Amino acid sequence: MAALAPADAQMLDALQRSAFDYFVQQTRAHNGLVADTSRPGSPASIAVVGFALSAYPVAVQRGWMAREDAVQRCLTTLRFFAGSDQSGAVSSTGCHGFYFHFLDVETGLRAWQSELSSIDTALLIVGMLAAAAYFSGAMPAETQLRQLAKTLYDRVDWHWAEQDGDAVALGWKPESGFLSYGWQGYNEALVLYALGLGSSTHPLTAASFDAWTMTYQWENIYGIDFLVAGPLFVHEFSHAWIDFRGIRDRFMREKHCDYFENSRRAAQVQRQYAIRNPRGFTGYGQDCWGLSAGDGPSVKPQQVAGRQQAFYGYAARGVPWGPDDGTVTGSSVVASLVFAPDIALPALRLMVQRGPDAKGRSVHASGFNATAGVNAADSGNTGWVSEGEFGLDQGMIVLMIENFRSGLLWRLTRSIPCLRAGLKRAGFSGGWL
Amino acid sequence: MNPTAFAPIPATVPALSAEDAERLSNVSPADWRNPKPLPVYHLLVIGAGPAGLLAAREAAALGAHVALIERHQLGGDCLNDGCIPSKSLIRTGHLLADMRNAVNFGALPPAEVEFDFRAAMLRMRRITARISRTDSAMNLARAGIHLFFGTARFTGADTVAVDGLPLRFKKALIATGSRSMLADIPGLAEAGFLTNETVFDLQVLPKSLLVIGGGPLGCELAQVFARFGSRTLISHSEPLFLPQEERDAAQMVSDALARDGVEIHLNSTATRVWVDGGQKVVELVNDGNTASTRVDQILTGIGRVPAVQGLDLEAAGVVYDAATGVHVDDFLRTSNPRIFAAGDVCLARQFTNTAAASAHIVVRNALFLGRQRMSALTIPWCTYTDPEVAHVGMYVKEARQRRIPVKTFTIPMHDVDRAIADGEEDGFVKIHVREGSDKILGATIVARHAGEMINSIALAMVAGIGLRELAKVVQAYPTQGAAIRQAADAYVRTRLTPSIVKLTRRWLQR
Repeated sequence: MAALAPADAQMLDALQRSAFDYFVQQTRAHNGLVADTSRPGSPASIAVVGFALSAYPVAVQRGWMAREDAVQRCLTTLRFFAGSDQSGAVSSTGCHGFYFHFLDVETGLRAWQSELSSIDTALLIVGMLAAAAYFSGAMPAETQLRQLAKTLYDRVDWHWAEQDGDAVALGWKPESGFLSYGWQGYNEALVLYALGLGSSTHPLTAASFDAWTMTYQWENIYGIDFLVAGPLFVHEFSHAWIDFRGIRDRFMREKHCDYFENSRRAAQVQRQYAIRNPRGFTGYGQDCWGLSAGDGPSVKPQQVAGRQQAFYGYAARGVPWGPDDGTVTGSSVVASLVFAPDIALPALRLMVQRGPDAKGRSVHASGFNATAGVNAADSGNTGWVSEGEFGLDQGMIVLMIENFRSGLLWRLTRSIPCLRAGLKRAGFSGGWL
Repeated sequence: MNPTAFAPIPATVPALSAEDAERLSNVSPADWRNPKPLPVYHLLVIGAGPAGLLAAREAAALGAHVALIERHQLGGDCLNDGCIPSKSLIRTGHLLADMRNAVNFGALPPAEVEFDFRAAMLRMRRITARISRTDSAMNLARAGIHLFFGTARFTGADTVAVDGLPLRFKKALIATGSRSMLADIPGLAEAGFLTNETVFDLQVLPKSLLVIGGGPLGCELAQVFARFGSRTLISHSEPLFLPQEERDAAQMVSDALARDGVEIHLNSTATRVWVDGGQKVVELVNDGNTASTRVDQILTGIGRVPAVQGLDLEAAGVVYDAATGVHVDDFLRTSNPRIFAAGDVCLARQFTNTAAASAHIVVRNALFLGRQRMSALTIPWCTYTDPEVAHVGMYVKEARQRRIPVKTFTIPMHDVDRAIADGEEDGFVKIHVREGSDKILGATIVARHAGEMINSIALAMVAGIGLRELAKVVQAYPTQGAAIRQAADAYVRTRLTPSIVKLTRRWLQR
């Protein structure tokens, strides 16, 4: 990483530190589950738990949390999952080693009739493995943590989820079986395939990765060649753990690119879209971009630039085809730091400067929208700002700023044998592999 | 400002108007007398839809003795129950959508714009009547074609009977087309439903309508009826509409339907229908959750099945099955070397232009020892939603499955000056080329006039013109079709590698 200006370093440190506080405040001490959002009544999200487990090593490294405390938190979490109800019943915690997307934060049982989620389980498991890789000490607690992480990884029956042709199913519900839309086309599932292919107990078949990549689309948009996916988080999630610099699968070898470089280009495409601002939203420009999954206003449609514009609430926004209602997701810009600091830093500075406060609320919030009807309580240049904070956003902020500053998570996961094996089975080679 | 309110005028469309009378006199004249058969025909054509009509006309023009047999109405599905009626109504729908949007263009429509379903339907009938003049029974007879109305059955390897009247042929063409697939939903038949064969006979605009099936017909008509003011729902068993099209295109259609107020039920299956209080109640199941909705009418558009029944194909030794229709080779020959097939009855792509193109091949291959292959054709197609979705050639997924390295040049319509000026920015031009070359493998266009635009890509593909050559074509400016040229320009820019730029810099600085 190039040397940062002191003001930038300070900004990033403050953003990262306050993001980590989310996990301290929103974790239940008795089971380690973390609320999906800071809003009252929020269930736990297993993906957010994965981010929390990955954030503890960062906190220890940065001196924000004592090592013993962090290990205990991880142990509590892993013990909960190890002892959880794996019957797959309508109000259990999971089955086949997978877990329901949302769990009651107190009881750990399925919430909201959510689906047994393959990708969210992968984000949870990679968090467990990252924590296990960091806490490599000989102390009994750390030894137990590593054993539990291995047990929980080994019990995931990845092959069971290969339902959509050979590709991995998005999810399963006890009421209706597998969801009909598989994980096809480029999306955040690289880490899922790496974990599933690397399993020594219930691995995915090699054909699953082929089936997934078969629907990739390599396009030249705004003069930029890249593997298309609209929402920015798709280009970021797997990269929070895996260092894709210089390693290539068959597809990327054919395109003389790698997934890291591809994510840099995705950020450039987002910026180009915001400069064009085809729908005339307030604020969009070279330093205001970042369309991704997140919260947005749920207000009545209004006239925008000579059109009737609807607002979508929580949605996976993307470019260039939308959905787009003028909402920007701050964490997606933070996560672009590692790929494209030259454009992400100015965008972050502007976001913090615009407010609504100096503490980077627009960055931590799940979304802001300067076009939608302005909420009086959120007056300021940002207009509408999502209430509270979402755990996924804070996780991405902690992990990606850390990767930008030190590459800690990337170093940790390079040492995880099953991830290396999984990437190799997917056809990755070169670089650190 | 709110969109202008629309008030449908309550009016009943007459069951049989003057327009219908003219069309029927053209396509199914009541007083028609079948000609006296010749001892043998060079070409006997069963079915007078787009394929049968084209083959009969071409063969007759080349001097062949041609018999053409039609069971119902000349023009087939396209003229009577398909492309032409639906496009006529789609045009009315466009106008209503434009009027709704008029304030954004500075045009202020009346506070309440009335919609006259009766007038729209009569206009549609006038249009089909007018188009039916070209291939009227009399015109076909004038072209020297022996036109028989009646039901054809094969009675041997080279004989057919039309309502018992025997006809002999040297070569025959089966062009019986397809019919709507009936949805197998308990209670649907009892409750009553519309298909493409009956929807254009509606006499009253339904207050509410459920469209079952999100293929081209379902999407087109759902949008039209929503624009007409019917509360319209569409259910589709898959996660995206238009399952054959690429995801971005299907998603745009979904967005467009939602903007027009269509209630969208994806991943949903209609499991039961019953009547209650004069309305149809439909049970929809989505991911294990069951919900019911009440509507006045149900339109099913779940697909089409080849019309192979009742032809006694076994008597002629023609192999077929109910799902894929008559089996043909790449030369469109059936298992009986005298007999060929064309159009929906034998092809996976059930489009009018495909039917006509295949019939053209059959005339060459059947009568003039031709060896033209169906697989050699480049055939574009289009779904006429607003925006339209048009495609030609290979999809990216197909190319990748065949291990062809593929790259797409994508121009969003919001980068096209004329589309911006027209306020028609939803959509894109995507041209797929073989990676490392400018050879066009295929293209998808989503745009308000995508059907018009795709033709120039089809032309380029047939003529073997790549993106490099397309970039040399100077086009009228500003046009929406310029998006294709912009894609070609994007290709040319990718050829400017850093080493070439280095060389040009050095040259300029010499």
